[in-house]
Amino acid sequence: MSVIVDENTKIIVQGITGHQGSFHSGEMIKFGAKVVAGVTPGKGGITVHNVPVYDTVEEAMTHEPDATMITVPARFVKDAAFEAMYHGIRVIYILTEKVPLHDALEIVSYARSHGHVVIGPNGPGITVPGKTKIGIMPNHIFRKGTVAVASRSGTLTYEIVNALTQSGYGESVVIGLGGDRITGLNFVDILELFEKDQDTEAIVLVGEIGGTAEEEAAEYIKKYVSKPVVAYIAGRSAPPGKRMGHAGAIITRGKGTAESKIKAFNEAGVPVAEFPWEIPDALKKVYR
Amino acid sequence: MNLYEYQGKALFKKYGVPVPEGYVAFKPEEIKEFTGEKVIKAQVLTGGRGKSGGVKFASNIEEARERAKEILAMEIKGHKVHAVLVEQKLKIEKEYYLSILIDRSTRAPLIMASPEGGVEIESVPDEKIYKYSVNPEIGVHPFVGRILSKKMGFTGDLAKQFTKILINLYRLFREYDAELVEINPLVLSEGKLIAADSKVVIDTDSLYRHPDLEENAAEKTPLELEANKAGYAFVELDGNIGVIANGAGLTMATLDTLLLYGLKPRNFLDLGGTDSVDITKNAFTYVLKANPEAILVNIFGGVTKCDTVAQGIIAAKEEFGIDMPIVVRLSGVHEEEGRAMLADAGIHAFADMRHAIEKLKSIMEGAQ
Repeated sequence: MSVIVDENTKIIVQGITGHQGSFHSGEMIKFGAKVVAGVTPGKGGITVHNVPVYDTVEEAMTHEPDATMITVPARFVKDAAFEAMYHGIRVIYILTEKVPLHDALEIVSYARSHGHVVIGPNGPGITVPGKTKIGIMPNHIFRKGTVAVASRSGTLTYEIVNALTQSGYGESVVIGLGGDRITGLNFVDILELFEKDQDTEAIVLVGEIGGTAEEEAAEYIKKYVSKPVVAYIAGRSAPPGKRMGHAGAIITRGKGTAESKIKAFNEAGVPVAEFPWEIPDALKKVYR
Repeated sequence: MNLYEYQGKALFKKYGVPVPEGYVAFKPEEIKEFTGEKVIKAQVLTGGRGKSGGVKFASNIEEARERAKEILAMEIKGHKVHAVLVEQKLKIEKEYYLSILIDRSTRAPLIMASPEGGVEIESVPDEKIYKYSVNPEIGVHPFVGRILSKKMGFTGDLAKQFTKILINLYRLFREYDAELVEINPLVLSEGKLIAADSKVVIDTDSLYRHPDLEENAAEKTPLELEANKAGYAFVELDGNIGVIANGAGLTMATLDTLLLYGLKPRNFLDLGGTDSVDITKNAFTYVLKANPEAILVNIFGGVTKCDTVAQGIIAAKEEFGIDMPIVVRLSGVHEEEGRAMLADAGIHAFADMRHAIEKLKSIMEGAQ
């Protein structure tokens, strides 16, 4: 098994008949992902990209899925996530943005105490080049390789993955943790998996202002991570109290500034690139 | 979304958290006859109002109206005073602190209580703040009140009052989708614990569940509100470069890069993922209203078709008659077609962010 998912992971898509759900299911299939079923209440019986669609997750369970991609409107996310977890689906990826905070809290809290993994909400998902993809990352930017990337954002992740690939690196896994205040995984959780992963030799973290996930990651790296790590932090220019698009990207009560995160990473021996395009150069210095 | 003190206190009252007797007044004339002493408190969405003179006392109606008039004319840390809260003055024996917030690291609600209230909680030493991490599946029951009462030094009836306040506050926190509920100070007055102030922050993504709460416009500029209504994440900044990008992270990285190049962004605008000409075109409306001197567009297409984005930019330039410099970075599906279309329309187009920003820098330097 690579990180969280691999080429054998069977995926269902909750909300497969929607514009996003349908388009991205097609892209996932092209990437080689095993999309085994879709679920949209009221649309059971049709197919999307030759994938059968059911009204309930219960019916889709005949395909023995291990993972689900949830792309339903924000107010239905809690229902969809609990439906999937009730039936024992292990990996719950939530694409949807603007999920109510307390709904995310309930989903993540239940998942963590019952052995489920939540990716997101409000992130681009997980891609294991050459194996599988759950989510919306563009297929063409990846090359199979040894660098693992974890990020709190979407397009900025693509920017950095693209820069890595263009510079001759390849990726072992790329995961978007999500831009919300509450996400299923934070940097510390994912660092533990990256450190164990045999396909991963070096790590790139793409953080942003808000919260203390980067500071906690830096502490964790000092103690437990032997692989080389480089980082980028978005939001140096953000004024306090202004939410920069992501719910999580806000400097409140003086906490969560870019300076504090950069300082923490530097103290942990993690170089922080000033510009996104400098990540490959930073990697060259600590890796190869 | 931050609530005003009086809005927070209305929720406290609804949930059985004791608050002083009082009412909100938007004009001095709304203050009614009274006996005893009243406190007149500025309603602003910022802290430190006491030090700024936003809290005053009065012992008769004339005095109260005079004080209210003064306070209503004030601006505190750039925030215009919205109203005044008129309350009975409390006899304060001791001030405590109590809050519940979402702890992002543990992904659980966190209760914080301290016997040192009435000051900024950041200034209270850590060992004087008692914390309890809530397991959301278990919730908050009387035992949590007993644990914290013991640490806070509450016994007998006070411990009972505190426990009731805590349980009710947690109910409010959950049912109103709060990010933060804070009572500072929670005062002991004539044997009763009373919430003398309120700070309540509601999760904006949950507002649809709370039709009784109207969005407080005061936190955003009129232009921000207008752009947000149209579906764009938009924040005004104080520079002169209009910015349009896609994705919050990439937009932030674009602003950071501009600053590192010595250029100052006028705004943050995240298009979101889009495949539509109109979404791109209409984004220019809000950027133009901010009167920038040049516009930078930074799109990493991903699955977005760059020719569609290019059409939107060209349509905006033509329809809105934009004659200031526009520099575009466009990368993704159909990127070469997209850039060729832009070049034909006289717009600088680049495949990567660095070259786009360097071009913008040279244009801005040339203009000086």
